[in-house]
This record gives sequence, structure tokens and C-alpha cells, in this order.
Amino acid sequence: MSELVIQLARAGFLALLWLFVLAALRVVRSDLHSASGLRAPGIGVSVPGAGKNKKTPSKQPKSKTKSPRQLVVTHGALAGTRISLDGMPISLGRADDSTLVLDDDYASTRHARLALRGTDWYVEDLGSTNGTYLDRTKVTGSTKVPLGVPIRIGKTVIELRS
Amino acid sequence: MSQPATGTETPSGDSEATPRARRSNELIMLVFATVIVTAALVMVEVSQQTRLTPQILYYGGAFLGLFAAAHFAVRRWAPYSDPLILPLVALINGLGLVIIHRVDLGNIKDPPYGWSGPAAPSQVFYTALALVLFALVLKFVSDHRTLAMYSYICGLVGLVALALPAILPGFIAPTINGAKLWLRVGPLSIQPAEPAKILLMIFFAAFLVSKRELFTTAGRRFLGIDFPRARDLAPVLVAWALSIGIVVLERDLGTSLLFFGIVLVMIYIATERAIWIGIGLSLFAGGCVLAYSIFGHVQERVDSWLNPLTSGSGGQLRSALFGLASGGIGGTGLGQGSPTLVPYAATDFILTSFGEELGLIGLMALFLLYLLLVMRGLRSALAVRDSFGKLLGGGLSFALLLQLFVIAGGVTGLIPLTGLVTPFMAAGGSSLLANYILIALLLRISDAARRPQTPSKPKPKQAPIAEAHTELVERPR
Repeated sequence: MSELVIQLARAGFLALLWLFVLAALRVVRSDLHSASGLRAPGIGVSVPGAGKNKKTPSKQPKSKTKSPRQLVVTHGALAGTRISLDGMPISLGRADDSTLVLDDDYASTRHARLALRGTDWYVEDLGSTNGTYLDRTKVTGSTKVPLGVPIRIGKTVIELRS
Repeated sequence: MSQPATGTETPSGDSEATPRARRSNELIMLVFATVIVTAALVMVEVSQQTRLTPQILYYGGAFLGLFAAAHFAVRRWAPYSDPLILPLVALINGLGLVIIHRVDLGNIKDPPYGWSGPAAPSQVFYTALALVLFALVLKFVSDHRTLAMYSYICGLVGLVALALPAILPGFIAPTINGAKLWLRVGPLSIQPAEPAKILLMIFFAAFLVSKRELFTTAGRRFLGIDFPRARDLAPVLVAWALSIGIVVLERDLGTSLLFFGIVLVMIYIATERAIWIGIGLSLFAGGCVLAYSIFGHVQERVDSWLNPLTSGSGGQLRSALFGLASGGIGGTGLGQGSPTLVPYAATDFILTSFGEELGLIGLMALFLLYLLLVMRGLRSALAVRDSFGKLLGGGLSFALLLQLFVIAGGVTGLIPLTGLVTPFMAAGGSSLLANYILIALLLRISDAARRPQTPSKPKPKQAPIAEAHTELVERPR
């Protein structure tokens, strides 16, 4: 085997190794845009506006006020968790099948629910023991949630972001 | 669990916005990994002047077959899990196999004293066994939260497994290379600390979830830092005592360091309070000083770390450093270095063998592969929605990183050398099996994190509260 071929193979192999790293990074990049795997496919319940929210607002700048696209946990045990909003209602509570499973001593099994009506999200307390607070006011009935206003449930604070 | 029908399961055809399981990406990356591994094997065979036979292609095919089987297990039992984790592991493992084989070839030409025969065949066997185990874990642990229910059993079994080599007499638990870490069962020698690592992590994650409050309760404020209350220190102290115990009884610095590091990081993940890291590191420093002043073997290690070129016990590190240096930036080329000059070239010093033949460029690529693996694990931990999964995922990912850091730092002279296994690369069955179980758990967690939420039961559309009729509802628990 000639020396040249060996040298070429050596360099080629290193290039191959790095190509793998780059390919892996590509997969990572294509994954970045989904906040987490929580976008439900639009099965079953047809919520008005669900289709609109699925696409990024940059593609459709028709609503002047930005519509919330994700729910972010800002304080508490789950801080940092993001859930993408796609029109499906979001249930909060200690129950295992909640969208956001709160592991919080002050949360009830089915604590609260966030649902989309028209273009706005509404929070609704589901008869929790310790209550749900929108900023400082206790939520009674269905209350509209503006962007960036904290919702407090026990020690957990969540807010909607665009 | 929803069952994918075909190929890429894009649930509603909305290609970019909906999460895709990207199982096809995984398969493509696995094929890519196989190509790289086969190329590496061809290069080793060519430069070692052995005749090239079509057999190499069979090896490549067998490798692909093994991981394709694992891929289909993932497709079947964890369809939404991260698509990168398995290919990264496959590539690292494959490169490890090639390097072990290459060291074997070198050893066959010039057998060193006390050589026990080629290590590659048994490593291939363990890889296959590990993948079977991997599939079984994916099948039977269908939800990682069930593990939390067995946490105390896990903790107990883990602790016993960890202590077993120290307690048992010498004919079952022989002292090999100064460490009492192995159990000898017939022809096999098992390192029970490896599975114990995972069991203890499961226990600790569940423990921290239920006792989180304890660790966040503020105690006395002193020098502007909130110190935890003294009695809350107990778990850390127990972990510390355990690590010291490992050093004393099993004479293994690496395992001890790994355990303590994992405990610290999991407490930190659970509480987000840096003070725990501070307390842990000061305890660790105290332990180091203590161990240094008492144990001869620790002093030896430190001496060979500080003066690898002059100290009497620094021979291993010395030859490792020379090996890396002779590789330089680009490496000598696969099969053209002389990694067998370094002792334990296929186990503890496999990174040196790799670095010698593939150079800094290759070694950096390898580290990036590990980094991507850990990153994907941590990302899964971040995205999963339950605290136990977060803690376990974070702990498992960090365990991989810490292992790599300790051994890579050791062989390059950054920190004192301790015998930890390079995950997925170094020859050694127990660690390979344990690390594949670790990966299976990570995939399980990432599957839970990435699975699209389907409404569990389609609820009837509720009337606005003002119009609703009065009805009897169940009192919320």
C-alpha cells in the first residue's frame, strides 16, 4: 500500500469522524425549534385557532398582538420547563395525566386549567384547595391570561410567552 | 403506548411544527456510524498487514445488524425517544471495539508479560449481551416513574452490591491491581459497583423528590450565604462517608469520586442551591487531604500525577503522555502507532491509544460525541415533566460526563489518575452492560419527554360557567 493512499485514508477518516459530528449537530439543530415534545397533534377536539397557532407567527403576522406560543414555568420545582401551546387545553395539577404534573404540596390533584377561547387563553380554577392566583388576584371563574403575567399555583409560577 | 405505523411518524403531516420522532434519522445515523466503524477496521487491518478478506464486511454487517435490532427495539418500545442517543453510543462503542482489536493485534505480535489473550471477542460478546439487556429494559420499564416505587429496594440492593467486594473474602473478591472491586464467579469477574451506580441514582432521585423540602430549608445565614441546617446535612455526610469507605475498603478512588460527584450534582439539580456544591467540595477536599495523609497508594498516585517523568510510580502516565505526544495533532493513523507500549492500552488507557492513532483532531471529535450524548440526555431531563424523571435523567447524564472527565483527565495528567472505565469504549463487560442500561433509561425518559400529549379522554365541551347547571361533582382529592 503506497504511502500516499495511507496518508489520504488517515485524513479521510478524521474527516469522516467530524462529518458524523456535524451530521449529529444538524439533527440537534432541526430539533431546537420544538420547545419540548408537548405539541399535541390536532386530533379530536377542534379548537378554533388551533391551526393558526401551530405555525410560527413570523409566517403570519396578521394578529397585531403576539399570541402566546409557549407556557414557561418560571419558579418552583419544574422551573425551566416549557410547553408549546397549540390550542389544546392545558391541565395543571398533581394528577399523572395532567399536561404539567405539579409536584407541589400546595397543588390539588386537578388544580387548574388553561384553555384557548378565540385568540385568548383563559385560566380556570378547578376547585383547588389553595387557589390559583393570576398575578396577585385569586382566580374565580374563567379569567383571561395576558402575556407574561404570572400564574401562581402553590410554589409554582408559570406564565405565557410568545 | 402508541405504535408507529411506518417510517417517520409525523402525526398529522405538519412536518416542521409537530415533534417528529425522527426514527429514520436515527437509522441513517446508525448506518453512518457503521460506515465509520467499518472504515476504521479496514484501516487497522490494512496497516497491520493482515490480509483483507470479505470477512471485514461481515463484521460491519454484524455490527449494523446488532444496532439495527436495538433500533427496532427503540422503535417498538420508545418510539418518541431522542434520535441521536443510540447512534452516538453505537459509534463510540464501535470505535472502542476497533481500538481494542487494534491493541489485540499489537499484543499478538509482541505479547506482553501476563497477557491474557485478545479482548475484542469477549467485548463483542458483551456488546451483544448489553444490547439485549438494553432492549429488555426498554420493554419492561414502560414508564420511568414506576422505578420510583422501587426506590428503597434499589437503594438497598445498590448499597449491598457496592459493599459486597469489600466484605467478601479474597477468593471471591480478589484484589486486582490494588483494588478490591471485583467479584469472581467462575470464569467471569463482575464489577458490582457499575450496576450499583444506577440503582443508587434511582434511589437518590426518588429520595430527593420526596424530601426536597429538607434541602431547601434555609438555616443560619453567615457571611452572606444561606447555610442549610446542620441536620439536613445528613444525606451528604452519609454519601461522603460512603465514598471514604470505598477508598478505604476497596481502594478505588475513581468509583468513590464518581459516587460523591453524582450525589452532589443531583442535590444541586434538585435544589438549585450552589451552597450544596460548596459544602460538598469542601467535604471532598477534606476527604482528599485525609486520604492523602493516611494511604500510601493515594500518595503514590498524587506523586506520579505531579511528576510523571521522574517519579518511580509514574511509568503508566509517562508512557501514556508519550503516546499522546507521538500522535500529535493528526495522529499516526489507525494501526500505525504503537499503543501497546502503554500498559492497559485497551482498558484504562484506551483514550491514549485512540489519541495516539487519531491525534488531537480525532480525540476532540470523540469528546464531542460524548458531549453531544450528555447534552441530549440533559435536554431530555429538562423537557420531561416530572421531577423524578428530571433528577434521574440529569443524574444519569452527568454520571457519563463525570466518568469521562475523571478518566480523560487522569490519562492526560490533568487530575490524578484513577481507574475509571471510559464509558462504552474500554474493554470490560460490567461497565458496558451497566452503561447500556443507563442509556435505555435515558431513552425512556426522553421518550416520555418528547411524546406528544394526546388527550387522555376527549372531554365533552363544557358550557360557560354561567350557563352551567348545578351538578354533583366529586370532591377533588
